[in-house]
Amino acid sequence: MLAQKADIILQLQKEILQLQGFRNKASDDFIRPVLGSIDSSFPNGIFPLATIHEFLTQSSEDIAATSGFVSCLLSSLMSKGGVSVWIGSSQEIFPVALKFFNVEPDKIIFINTKKQKELLWLIEETLKCEGLAAVVGEVKEISFTASRRLQLAVEQSRVTGFLIRNYSRNINTNACTARWKISPDPSIITGDAPGIGFPAWNVELLKIRNGKPGTWQMQWANNKLHANAPIILSPAEQRKTG
Amino acid sequence: MQKRFVTIWFRYLKTDWLCRRHPELLHLPLVLTAQDHGRMIITAVNPPAQLQGIGVGMVLADARVIVPSLKYFYDIPGLPQKLLRSIAKWCMRFSPIAAIDEPDGIIIDATGCTHLWSGEASYVNSIVKRLKQFGYNVNSAIADTAGKAWAIAHFGNRETIIHNEGELNTFISLPVAALRLEVESIARLNKLGLRQIQDILSMPRSVLRRRFGNHLLMRLDQAMGRQEEVIQPVQPIEPYCERLTCLEPIVTATGIEIALKKLLEVLCERLKHEGKGIRKLSFKGYRVDGNIQAIDIGTNRASSNAHHLFKLFEIKISSIEPALGIELFTLEAFKVEDLDSTQEKFWDKACGLANPELVKLLDRVSNKIGVDSIHRFLPAEHHWPERSVKIAASLNENATTQWRTDLQRPIYLLQNPEPIWATALIPDYPPMLFRYQNKLHKVKKADGPERIEREWWIDEGQHRDYYAVEDEEGKRYWLFRSGHYSENYQWFIHGYFA
Repeated sequence: MLAQKADIILQLQKEILQLQGFRNKASDDFIRPVLGSIDSSFPNGIFPLATIHEFLTQSSEDIAATSGFVSCLLSSLMSKGGVSVWIGSSQEIFPVALKFFNVEPDKIIFINTKKQKELLWLIEETLKCEGLAAVVGEVKEISFTASRRLQLAVEQSRVTGFLIRNYSRNINTNACTARWKISPDPSIITGDAPGIGFPAWNVELLKIRNGKPGTWQMQWANNKLHANAPIILSPAEQRKTG
Repeated sequence: MQKRFVTIWFRYLKTDWLCRRHPELLHLPLVLTAQDHGRMIITAVNPPAQLQGIGVGMVLADARVIVPSLKYFYDIPGLPQKLLRSIAKWCMRFSPIAAIDEPDGIIIDATGCTHLWSGEASYVNSIVKRLKQFGYNVNSAIADTAGKAWAIAHFGNRETIIHNEGELNTFISLPVAALRLEVESIARLNKLGLRQIQDILSMPRSVLRRRFGNHLLMRLDQAMGRQEEVIQPVQPIEPYCERLTCLEPIVTATGIEIALKKLLEVLCERLKHEGKGIRKLSFKGYRVDGNIQAIDIGTNRASSNAHHLFKLFEIKISSIEPALGIELFTLEAFKVEDLDSTQEKFWDKACGLANPELVKLLDRVSNKIGVDSIHRFLPAEHHWPERSVKIAASLNENATTQWRTDLQRPIYLLQNPEPIWATALIPDYPPMLFRYQNKLHKVKKADGPERIEREWWIDEGQHRDYYAVEDEEGKRYWLFRSGHYSENYQWFIHGYFA
């Protein structure tokens, strides 16, 4: 009886998700990123596309780690020849390094402007552009209204947006589906080999709508994300989001 | 159609311009001077000064003896050309072909234009009236050749409109100087007693050629309409140009938008018909006060889509200042390319760089915040990190070499390397610790050195030894030492690894 009820609840949840705009099938042009153990935290167990993901950074090291993680996501989204737009206030991403994350650097269009107002206009206009694999926007602050505008734009165009919020002072509520924090972790070296290992990150999913937040240690190697020793959060640490 | 030309002669171009800028000088004797062999020579005089016997070429000191209250200003070299150019541009409201006639005149090809002003008399009068309102003393004439019009404007007795019957008689009774000849030729003709054009008109051509050269015959033929005179319009005629004159001056943004839409529709229809698309387009509004307001757009790929082009202009319409009103709009395509319709269809499906939506987006962005804010990078064959990427010239440009992945590169590269303080145990070993922005980092893991030499054919300086290091918190940096350890050296941080 109990199992039957659980089944019904699961079915209903899936229906609700569909009504809320979560789709199981992505467009044929893009391949959904597969993040291994992180996937179980997402609604329906798949990486949500056509929404806005927010990444918090507090230092240049964080920005580098976040850019690396976002590039991993781009690598699968762009694997079928798609184009992404990367919007920031100045050109700090070194295109050569994107190739290490299996991203074609010449398929990314960088747009830079110093003015914060124009940045938001740019991000919104770009998110409205159909056929883009993803849009990465670096902004400092974003109001709730502005984030709603972005969310409405992607619901029309089905483009995935990644907002990197550099040195943001005021972590307000907004309409983004997920909030991440990526920070660098010491790289793992087998034995006593010299040098530095693969890029390693501490991936925190602080908020995810209809999902479970969590923390993972991930590593990028051989064009894939690998998990090392996942940490499972206690239910008390999980925060309700919505 | 019979050709008609208007010439305008600015008798006091430079001084009129000065009086226009300083209205208080209008009725005072005024001259412009230039230094010549240590003396001040008068180069231009205004009518009050001329009345008192001052002429061009006099020494300023002599002139000031005659008129002690004489005002004088320094002549600005190149001023007449600049003035004439702007006046000729202004005159384009009367005819699309307006040319400068050095040193002090303007020629307008008025063929087929005069009926819009209901006749030649009111056409010429309206030009002259407007110029006089600006403060210029002008003489003008209209005739069937530029040569005749020039002669009558300069030497005629205030008669401006020369009709077919009367014009020949008026013309032939003018002095030979009216033929636009060199000073020596005029002097020689006068010496021989040939003072009027009719005197030489009846002479055999071979005689004239032998004595005065081909130039005289050419000028005579041009004036008589036997030889075509080529005039060089100030603005070369654009083949893709549309004009819209307004009954009433337009002052509102809505009005400008309607005008723009109308012009775009006509132009795009024509372009579609010819299978062409626009790359660069300029929209101009000619204001009542003589100012020209212009907005330009450029596209990344040839387009004849009126709606898209209008969207590009829409962002900029607010920058037009109509002031008292705009009386004429023009839309001009500077750069037009062939439009491939089969490719157009193919692009509709594409999701890559050829995505039409993306092209439209980039058009909008480049017109709002500038085309230099958009970059796409291609690999360049340089080891020096700052030069290892180059900016792609267009969306279609492909990489000529492969992206390198054999060497570690940071994802976050500082635009300018910042100096740090670092210590290494042994020369050429990675640093043991370094201090950056007042924080001490203890290096746990490191890679390097990777020596990158400067390219001597591009610039000179010290080489760099790069190290990738990881500190005790797991943060990864790209450091380099500029120069050898034994000599002058400095440590820098250049980037952050992911």
